[in-house]
Amino acid sequence: MGIELSNISKSYDNQNWTLKDVSVQIRSGEFFTIVGPSGCGKSTLLRMIAGLISISNGTLKIDGRDVTNLQPQERALTMVFQNYALFPFLDVKANVSFGLKARKMQSAQINERVANALELVGLSELKDRKPRELSGGQRQRVALARAIASDTKVCLMDEPLSNLDAQLRSKMRSEIRELQQKLGITLIYVTHDQVEAMTMADRIMVLHAHTVQQIGTPSEIYQHPANAFVAQFFGTPRMNLLSVHYASKNQRHLKFDSYIDYLLPRDIEDGDYFVGIRPGELEIHTADKANAVIKNIEYLGTQSIIHAVLDNDMEIRITTSKNNTFCLNDHVQIRATNTYFVFDSTGKAIFFNKGDVQNGYTDHKQEPANAL
Amino acid sequence: MDTQITNKNPQMRYKQRKEEKPLMATGLSYNKSKALRDRLYALIFLGPSLLVLIVFVFFPMFRTLYLSFFLTNNLGKPTVFIGFANYISLLSSSAYLHSLQATFIYVIAVSCLTLTLGLLLAQTASQKVRGISFFRTIFSGTMGVSVSVAAIFWLFIFNPSVGMLDQLANLLHLPAINWLTQPGWAMTAVVISTVWMNLGFTFLIFFGAIQSVPSTLYEAAQIEGVSKIYQFFHITLPMISPTLFFVSIITLIESFKSFGLIDLMTAGGPDNATNLLVYRIYQDAFLSGNYGLASTESVILALIIAFFTFIQFKVLEKRVNY
Amino acid sequence: MNKNITPPITQRIGQIFLLLLLAFFILIPFLLGFWTSLLPTADISKGALWSSHISLSNYYTAITQTPIIRYLFNSLVISFFTMAVQLLFCSMSAYAFVFIEFKGRDTLFYIFLATMMLPFEAEVIPNFVTVRNMGLLNHYAVMIIPFLTSAFGTFMLRQAFMQIPKELREASEIEGLSHWRFYAKVVLPYSRISLFTLAAYSFLASWNQYLWPMLTTFSDSFRPVQDGLRQLQSQETFNNWGMIQASAAIVVIPTLIVLFIGQHYFKSGLNEGAVK
Repeated sequence: MGIELSNISKSYDNQNWTLKDVSVQIRSGEFFTIVGPSGCGKSTLLRMIAGLISISNGTLKIDGRDVTNLQPQERALTMVFQNYALFPFLDVKANVSFGLKARKMQSAQINERVANALELVGLSELKDRKPRELSGGQRQRVALARAIASDTKVCLMDEPLSNLDAQLRSKMRSEIRELQQKLGITLIYVTHDQVEAMTMADRIMVLHAHTVQQIGTPSEIYQHPANAFVAQFFGTPRMNLLSVHYASKNQRHLKFDSYIDYLLPRDIEDGDYFVGIRPGELEIHTADKANAVIKNIEYLGTQSIIHAVLDNDMEIRITTSKNNTFCLNDHVQIRATNTYFVFDSTGKAIFFNKGDVQNGYTDHKQEPANAL
Repeated sequence: MDTQITNKNPQMRYKQRKEEKPLMATGLSYNKSKALRDRLYALIFLGPSLLVLIVFVFFPMFRTLYLSFFLTNNLGKPTVFIGFANYISLLSSSAYLHSLQATFIYVIAVSCLTLTLGLLLAQTASQKVRGISFFRTIFSGTMGVSVSVAAIFWLFIFNPSVGMLDQLANLLHLPAINWLTQPGWAMTAVVISTVWMNLGFTFLIFFGAIQSVPSTLYEAAQIEGVSKIYQFFHITLPMISPTLFFVSIITLIESFKSFGLIDLMTAGGPDNATNLLVYRIYQDAFLSGNYGLASTESVILALIIAFFTFIQFKVLEKRVNY
Repeated sequence: MNKNITPPITQRIGQIFLLLLLAFFILIPFLLGFWTSLLPTADISKGALWSSHISLSNYYTAITQTPIIRYLFNSLVISFFTMAVQLLFCSMSAYAFVFIEFKGRDTLFYIFLATMMLPFEAEVIPNFVTVRNMGLLNHYAVMIIPFLTSAFGTFMLRQAFMQIPKELREASEIEGLSHWRFYAKVVLPYSRISLFTLAAYSFLASWNQYLWPMLTTFSDSFRPVQDGLRQLQSQETFNNWGMIQASAAIVVIPTLIVLFIGQHYFKSGLNEGAVK
């Protein structure tokens, strides 16, 4: 059950676009994640795929069939909501069978499907409880069971884990992933959490400012971000983004001070650039010749995040495994390694350097949506 | 104290600890004085309300009960103790039983119509149509209408010589109805007017309740292909059932207490067809001066209303269904 | 644009038709009332709905020849005082039930609650005797004093006060705030929506009083507007419909305006009270 979005747009007033020109081919059986900060239109997009919100422009095909103008129930899909959308006055069993009953299915068949679905999510014993008698994780499982019982091959999930605590969330992450594999369904999963996107998805679509920023596998997105937004969105702590002006007299040097100085293998045009450096790709030393002062240290156990200010007043984040070596207000030396990204003044990625392993120019074309 | 604390002699310190005993005692009396002070505060904060309730609610309650066992003079003073005679004569009086029956018919008709139409209004106003807020404002409009204004509006409509309804009947070649002078029709007219007056309030509460049903419940149902009507009966109604219950009891109680519209529109007539319980109390007490009998009627009315209020409390306690 | 998902056109037309029908049923008494208030009574009596003499003269007659403005003023005074004191007394008693600990608090609260079961209509006889003995008959006071507090208001505000986070009380105790200051500076401002709701509720309840003022007032100087309209209606033996409708309009228009302005607050507050 592949899903094809072609130039899907949404506008409520024909002037401001909530979403603009979203195109993607989602493969059958794929775990596809839509990720972005709140207000980027990801829930709108999901509801357009579901048929709960009309599509202003573009076409939507499910399994090759044009469903752009069809009612939700004619699209043969199911959806799991952030707040689970359970009916508080019905018990677990009745919640799972709600849609089946409304469609007047044979009761023997309903019972069989409900039993199967509850079995799959491990809730068979709680089938007579009301939602308020369940924990958050159990409620989430009821919502999953309802989606399973509907026996469709496409499932949409709208931030299904955001109401759970951190521990349960990571447990449910793997459960959902396993279920999806076992049932072989195509899953479109919306989240604002980059960790969720990275750990669960086959492919990720990054939405920001009403447009698609990049589509790719988790590693593609992390290794080759299409622009500064994507680069900063993935990875904790966030990538450092230092602005710099380049002129040809600098002779390919993007230089911040004597220890942070990147040599480009090729000429670039004169102008303003951003250099992106992941906090793990900087070295920090106690040395006589210091170029920074430590302003804050977050101790995380295996590593620490150090917030420092360079002598040129730029703020910078570094992760280091050398715990207990540094103190607040220490003068330290921060040195560049050979891994960095270069973005132009609009944020578009133009160059990346991965240490000795690989370096080169990004092959992204003008439209970031078509990048991969 | 300061010098004692700085004193490093352990014996002195021990002594000091011993001296804490009286301190604990003052702690106790502190608690006691706090309790006393709180009681004083309680008296100040509750006093005004208590006084009003005692004079105008508790005292009249017992007084009414007391009077119901007496014959009274026309100043309302009890004269002869007659035990349950008032109750017996009421419950064997066909006029009173008729009044009771009319009240029940009125209450049931008003409640059913108010709830059904209120729900219909609220559900219709919950649709997403352009200009819907205009309709919402109109639907809540009768909340601003007081009983005498409503009576004047409807008296005009039901009026046999100038009223709209009879002109309409004429136009359609239907027989003219003397709305307010034929027993069955008079009751209908009063019910219609009351329902109309109730609708603004009922609509507002139902509308608010429907709005607070999480929209994802409907979305989930929509994806399953559940029809609108099925959604209404299997999602909306159960979700708002606490409000539904609250409103039905309020409507019931308010209908039992109806007086203004009756007085203005029919004065209990024609032929006592709309002589409801409260109107009868008014007639017996203040027009006929039969305070003992009217007190008995009051006790019966209070019992009926107390019964429904009690049910409401009981059920609200259980938070209705889920 | 928006070509899909929206229900079929017949369903939409049905929806709008239903809306218009319901709006018509709600509006028709208003419209007929307002419209006929502009017509000469002579034309109304003939059953006509159109006249060549559309004017505000009925309003002029109502204002100059009847005490309708005086009635309105009376109602305003009575309702305003009832509302103000009810807010004070109810909030004080609710405060005591929530924030002051004393023996028998729960019992007393249940007694308060029990009074909600007693309809005022069933107690008019002794109350009438009481106010007559107090010499209050035919005065503003008689319509205010019995309603200075309400069990319903106390109950509603108690529910609202219980929503106030315990930390606020604890912080105030650490600061050494007295009950008065905590009541005035924290509790009242925190619950202003509920207070507003109770204000609207008690004002309307007082405004709509009918039976009690009818029993206790005999002169136009104190008669509130509900009974004033009754008076006008019963006096107009010649059925001056135009003027009666104009009087009704004079009474209802201010409430409608207030209602539409306050609707937003009122709605949220009502539901708060209803569901909790």
